[in-house]
Amino acid sequence: MPPPLQAHRLLISHRRLPTPGRRRFTAVSSVQSAPATTLAPGPATSSILSIRESLLSGERTAADITSEYLSRLRRTEPSVRSFIHVADAAAQREAEELDRRIASGDKDAVGPLAGVLVGVKDNLCTANMPSTGGSRVLEGYRPAYDATAVRRLREAGAIVVGKTNLDEFGMGSTTEGSAFQVTTNPWDDSRVPGGSSGGSASAVSARQCVVSLGSDTGGSVRQPASFCGVVGLKPTYGRVSRFGLMAYASSLDVVGCFGSSVFDTATILSVVAGHDKMDSTSSSQGVPDYASELVSLDLLESKPLNGVRIGIIQETLGEGVDTGVASSIKGAASHLEQLGSVVEEVSLPSFSLGLPAYYILASSEASSNLSRYDGIRYGRQVSANDLNELYGESRANGLGHEVKMRILMGTYALSAGYYDAYYKRAQQVRTLVKESFKAALERYDMLISPAAPSVAYKIGEKINDPLAMYAGDIMTVLNTLFYFGDADLSLLWAMSQSICRHEILFDMVNVNLAGLPALVVPCGFVEGGAAGLPVGLQMIGSPFSEGNLLRVGHIFEQSLQNLSFVPPLLAEL
Amino acid sequence: MPALHPVCPPALPSASGRGLPLWLRQRGALHSAPADVAGGREGGDDVDIHGGKSGRQGWRQLPRWEDKAAVGGDVVYVFHGPFAGDEHPPDCDQHNRLRFTGDTLATMALTLLRGMRTPISFRSNTGLFFTVLQPRLARFTTRAESAQATEPKAAPKSIQLATKEAAEQKTQGFEAIIGIETHVQLSTVTKAFCSCPYNYGSQPNSTICPTCMGHPGTLPVLNEKVVECAVKLGLALNCDISMTSKFDRKQYFYPDLPKGYQISQFDIPIAKKGYVDLDLPMEFGGGHRKFGITRVHMEEDAGKLLHSESGSYSQVDLNRAGVPLLEIVSEPDMRTGIEAAEYGAEIQRIVRYLGVSNGNMQEGSLRCDVNVSVRPVGQSEFGTKVEIKNMNSFSAINRAIDYEISRQIMLHKEGQAGQIVQETRLWDESSQKTFTMRKKEGLADYRYFPEPDLPEVILTSDYIDEIRKSMPELPEAKRRRYENMGLSMQDVLFLANDDNVAHFFDSTIEHGADAKLAANWIMGDIAAYLKNEKLSIDEIKLTPLELSELIASIKNATISGKIGKEILVELIAKGGTVKGVIEEKDLVQIADPAAIEAMVDKVIADNPKQLEQYRAGKTKLQGFFAGQVMKASKGKANPVLLNKILGEKLNAS
Repeated sequence: MPPPLQAHRLLISHRRLPTPGRRRFTAVSSVQSAPATTLAPGPATSSILSIRESLLSGERTAADITSEYLSRLRRTEPSVRSFIHVADAAAQREAEELDRRIASGDKDAVGPLAGVLVGVKDNLCTANMPSTGGSRVLEGYRPAYDATAVRRLREAGAIVVGKTNLDEFGMGSTTEGSAFQVTTNPWDDSRVPGGSSGGSASAVSARQCVVSLGSDTGGSVRQPASFCGVVGLKPTYGRVSRFGLMAYASSLDVVGCFGSSVFDTATILSVVAGHDKMDSTSSSQGVPDYASELVSLDLLESKPLNGVRIGIIQETLGEGVDTGVASSIKGAASHLEQLGSVVEEVSLPSFSLGLPAYYILASSEASSNLSRYDGIRYGRQVSANDLNELYGESRANGLGHEVKMRILMGTYALSAGYYDAYYKRAQQVRTLVKESFKAALERYDMLISPAAPSVAYKIGEKINDPLAMYAGDIMTVLNTLFYFGDADLSLLWAMSQSICRHEILFDMVNVNLAGLPALVVPCGFVEGGAAGLPVGLQMIGSPFSEGNLLRVGHIFEQSLQNLSFVPPLLAEL
Repeated sequence: MPALHPVCPPALPSASGRGLPLWLRQRGALHSAPADVAGGREGGDDVDIHGGKSGRQGWRQLPRWEDKAAVGGDVVYVFHGPFAGDEHPPDCDQHNRLRFTGDTLATMALTLLRGMRTPISFRSNTGLFFTVLQPRLARFTTRAESAQATEPKAAPKSIQLATKEAAEQKTQGFEAIIGIETHVQLSTVTKAFCSCPYNYGSQPNSTICPTCMGHPGTLPVLNEKVVECAVKLGLALNCDISMTSKFDRKQYFYPDLPKGYQISQFDIPIAKKGYVDLDLPMEFGGGHRKFGITRVHMEEDAGKLLHSESGSYSQVDLNRAGVPLLEIVSEPDMRTGIEAAEYGAEIQRIVRYLGVSNGNMQEGSLRCDVNVSVRPVGQSEFGTKVEIKNMNSFSAINRAIDYEISRQIMLHKEGQAGQIVQETRLWDESSQKTFTMRKKEGLADYRYFPEPDLPEVILTSDYIDEIRKSMPELPEAKRRRYENMGLSMQDVLFLANDDNVAHFFDSTIEHGADAKLAANWIMGDIAAYLKNEKLSIDEIKLTPLELSELIASIKNATISGKIGKEILVELIAKGGTVKGVIEEKDLVQIADPAAIEAMVDKVIADNPKQLEQYRAGKTKLQGFFAGQVMKASKGKANPVLLNKILGEKLNAS
């Protein structure tokens, strides 16, 4: 049994790191004593496991469990607004059907996810519900098929409770980019849940569903997980089939999972992962039973992470990172050390090059992937006098600002004469990023960093003038970076520094560029809201090392004895 | 039914409220848009045969760009031999075709590293593969025996005339430069990237699925048969096969293009730098030609637009969307309409020999877009090129090009060369003229980039060797073999024109028949029968074995040639064996001199008047007597013997 994490230990910085500023940092002890948190603090427990046990023992019925979640959903949804579509009646029906089968002695009825309520990000296709991608252009669109990840969840017995809100087509980091509604953070309703999978993160955080699916193109699972205090996993590129995921940037997109515990996250990953004939980029690497590899802390020795080498990415704790967040991460690092691992600083020289490259690649691919939303075959169509007008008006009316911006950027980057300077150069940078990760991951079993440079920000804080942000800054910088392509890498680096100051996704996109898996586990709090705002620790591993990440994440989570990541909202119910 | 692509989700319900069939609900939206005749629009503008591609200049050597490796994660398509004959997408679990290097990113960089992009020069003046760059009419062999058309689809006279005219025009100080882009629609069971079938002429929007309709979230899965067809064709066209190639997206908006981009190949085609050999028909003077092939690449077809008569709306039929195509780009090596038409005909022969396509021009399975420019002889720069579409026969290609050449030369001569602009013109069959379809205002920008949804295609040499081994004898090899048998060029061209005919011929001579005799039978009586009955040679009941028997029976005098023809008709229509028909109808030749003598005696005795005239010097009447005897023998008398005996008898007294 490893020593329980002492709250004060979180404040003690790693010896190799500079002492963090404490201005905005609140000791965890003060948070845990906050009156709002009535649920007993302690290690996260697996909701999936307890549902399964109660179904098998007959202690509770699936209908009971579903009702419990649905009633919580009804009470919290007016303030949280995680869902674009709730299929409560269908969920109830499916639960009752499950109960009938269990009652009739059908043992197979209790699949690995039997009776587990799942929220699905609305950019994943679902056959019997609308799937809009958060865009007006697909308002009312109902796909003919289930995304592979959704199909696998259903086959494992899960009940899809609804479609969660997101930034339009996944483009954004606040969920304010949804064409339909703004989702709030269950920890503080004046703040955003993060994005783009904000609805999925807040739904799990508010316990509106047990687990949820999201997608991560440049941090869209990890950042909202951090903001909402839930576990979020971005698997290796190709680990989960993208079939049925509305493509944003095909070479970066992955389907990710959210859970309130590492165990739950591991369980759904085991279900959705694996090769899919419908997605040629999905990997046929075998899928382990991730959850079964997670061992109860009681069975482990006192230093369960003995021999684990961890690198803490220097570049992610520098300028632009909230001091409170930095402190939490350093505290988490020293906790990992306590658990027996070796934690050292590591520098990834090409780290800051990632963001501009990401913008070029993601917007280029987006400009192509989104050209199918033309109003011809499905979705919003505007009446017009000629073909160009039909296209123009349908897209102008159907697509939002952020999406149009990225389409414009991508179209520009791919146009004749610019391709070399932008797209090709971005691919080179991508290779550099990969190589620097690879070198670091040869020396360390995993790398850690904050999952986001700050805690959740206020609604409206980041969307005041997106046009200015892009036009005035990023495009100018990218132009200098890429178009005058003879600039050497030091200039590239210097320029990208300037972008990073304005960009919140700085340490997320590199992981996508390299296609690596990353797990976000809540690790502490920063002052804010009624009970503090959660901070997430990001663990980055080699390709297909989700098992390792989940094992370490599980040990880390289970040893956080004094922290509870149940939002105050639930205590008020 | 072989294992196909994973089953696509069922056809869409009309849940979107729009449903099927697909309507463009708008007023007069599309009626002014160009008719998508023969679907030729795609592939139209990307490749500039004459001048190279603008825009993507200045590829520089840059370090460590992995391109697709960086894009597509850790998965690639790897094709090992022996290749599976059945049609299904690469299935890594079963066939171990996918190579994983995901845990070692550096290995990935190495194994997947493809060469830097290099500018594709569509303008190759190296002349490596081209023996004939100028029409040299004087050198045309003139072995033509008869003017019988060997090219049934051509209208010989007008072509000849046109060719002559074109040739004359060139002597007036101009020459034409012609390059061709050919789209070959593959006859695979399923489409290129989904499991839908494609059958020409089926009900609109009946063979579609979310993938080929471009619905959100769908992904392409490569049909490996397409790669096999591409490698086959690449080898047949003597190309270098790219061991590593990739797919790219070619982007433009059009209602028949569901995804807003076409999956194609841009800078690394699966095959490049080849050539094709052909022999011009004898009626055009004959002669051997070698035309360069720039590249062959894989891509998908677009759907079709159907415009309402009123022009108030248009409909989209997506059956054809996603059907695999191979685009063959020729070097600008052709100089006359007939050369271009024969190039097209040779491509058709090759794809039919290979069985990769039915090559049917009427159905759009083979589409040729032609680029024509004219320049004064001696000038090294190309003139402004004009693209011509909408020709649905080789003869139309010939006529359209010759028309276009004379139009351009005329403008040159009138000092109006400036009126020749880069444009797409349509061939109008009724007026026998080309008309402007659309002017090109600057080159369209297709914003190509590597298709991130598809892994690169990596071929192993085993795979290519397997395919090479499975290749049939191709038209050029056949023609050279027949030529070496001593057949005339006219025979050679006829026999090698059709795979089935060639096979029939080969099989006949394998059974011991004399090549020349077999060729005569096939080109004569059999061809005539086929033409009358509109049948192909594999649809008749005559077998090569029986044809060789027939030839042998005539040669050994069992039957006469005349009887042979009768038997042939019997065999073609009803089947059976030569021996059987001879016995059944008692057709064995009468070679017994006594029997013939008896008949001769009887005929002479029955015709005293004619005998008298004969003996009076009208010796021509021997033919009359011979005919009578033959009639009496029911055609079975051995003609040599008959004439000998008859002559003796007539001149006896």
